[in-house]
Amino acid sequence: MAYEGWLAAAFSTPIVLLYPLFLVIFGRNHMTLIVMGCIPGAIPIAIQTRQGLLGVSKTLLNVGRSFNVSERDMFRKIMLPSAVPTIFTGIRIGVMYTLVNIVAIEYLIDFGGLGRIVSQMYDNFSIPETYAAIVAVILVSTFFYWGFGRVEKWLRPV
Amino acid sequence: MAQAGVIKGTVPAVSSAERSFDGRVSRIRLLTCVGLIALWEVVATLGSYGILYNDVVPHIWHIVIAVFYELISASFYRDFGMTFAAHSVGFISGASIAVLVGIWLGTSKLIREAMLPYLNAIGSTPKIIFLPIIFLMFGVGIESKMAKGAMSAFFPVVFTTTLGMMLINPVLIRVGRTFNLNKWQMITKIYMPAMVNPVITGFRLGVAITVIGVLVAELKFADGGLGYRLGIYYEQFQIAPMYAVIVLIFALAAAANSGMTKLQDRVNRHMAPTTSKGKKARASASGGLGVVN
Repeated sequence: MAYEGWLAAAFSTPIVLLYPLFLVIFGRNHMTLIVMGCIPGAIPIAIQTRQGLLGVSKTLLNVGRSFNVSERDMFRKIMLPSAVPTIFTGIRIGVMYTLVNIVAIEYLIDFGGLGRIVSQMYDNFSIPETYAAIVAVILVSTFFYWGFGRVEKWLRPV
Repeated sequence: MAQAGVIKGTVPAVSSAERSFDGRVSRIRLLTCVGLIALWEVVATLGSYGILYNDVVPHIWHIVIAVFYELISASFYRDFGMTFAAHSVGFISGASIAVLVGIWLGTSKLIREAMLPYLNAIGSTPKIIFLPIIFLMFGVGIESKMAKGAMSAFFPVVFTTTLGMMLINPVLIRVGRTFNLNKWQMITKIYMPAMVNPVITGFRLGVAITVIGVLVAELKFADGGLGYRLGIYYEQFQIAPMYAVIVLIFALAAAANSGMTKLQDRVNRHMAPTTSKGKKARASASGGLGVVN
């Protein structure tokens, strides 16, 4: 409750812009990429997990209570399973956000993987290669999107 | 969070209990704020003695002074104006195209089914990767930022508009059919009023994402703008002004976001009957948020 508004605010802030800060803290290495991918990925998952746990149906909770389930079992056996679909939505959003942020930072600082390739090719003015690298990024992110959609469908009880 | 859920579920809202709960909430907030500031200052002090992250974390008063200097310097307003112009032109053009495309996709099932895979594929890629193409087409001036803004704004708006179109109460559409409205009348009399809420949701997401898009483009190559300013400060290792620009950007983004939220609330109150459908659209829209960056 206390942090709810802050999480939502953090979700809408352009965290990518903090990259100079992370660069000076962690240096220009993979640590920066990992940390900058971690933060924007974690926020939507936290928001969705909260929403999933709050949205547990009252009936289920009442059933648990009438069976005199302990608080811990209530969480493990009732709240968590019924929140899984919502949490998984959060995970999918988080994965896409992480991908977006990491590619963006790679592109901005010319370091790392796909984003660096695009940036380098553009700097060399080798246009066909730039387009090829862009297509590669599109393919990768489409694959992620599609793959996580499949996993989500597979995990969903219904 | 689990505990919060349990407490909310079991304790009925008694006014005194609620008040003490509110008090606890604000106490936790205050403590967190104080804790963060204290942590920051500890790191800053350690840094000024060269122990930890030398000079990376300036003292808070340095940042406050830097914010003040930014606010009284003329070049800040020039950069701000450039960013603002790029943002508004990009957002308005991108969003208006997106609304039209969204209406088109929403009304015609054939087109929607045919186009959706492509939209999803491009919508889920990081838009920043198209920056080289945009730079090639528009140069590195403000035009490329406008184009980037339009591109960023397009996808959230198109998704929410299409979704809103699909989720319109079928009763309303049947009423329109009964009155034998033609397609144009259907759009202006039935679809548009029912669509206001999801479209505004899309606008809200779009504004936030356009800010990011424009600033990132400015960070890469630019001749002005807040992102450019940030990059310059970073390259010259002027840490306090860099933080100041970040703080100001965050403040502006938050202001834009809260303005859009207020607008949305107002529209919601106006259009009370459509909100049950609109809410569903909003939930799914935020669910698809990862797709639209």
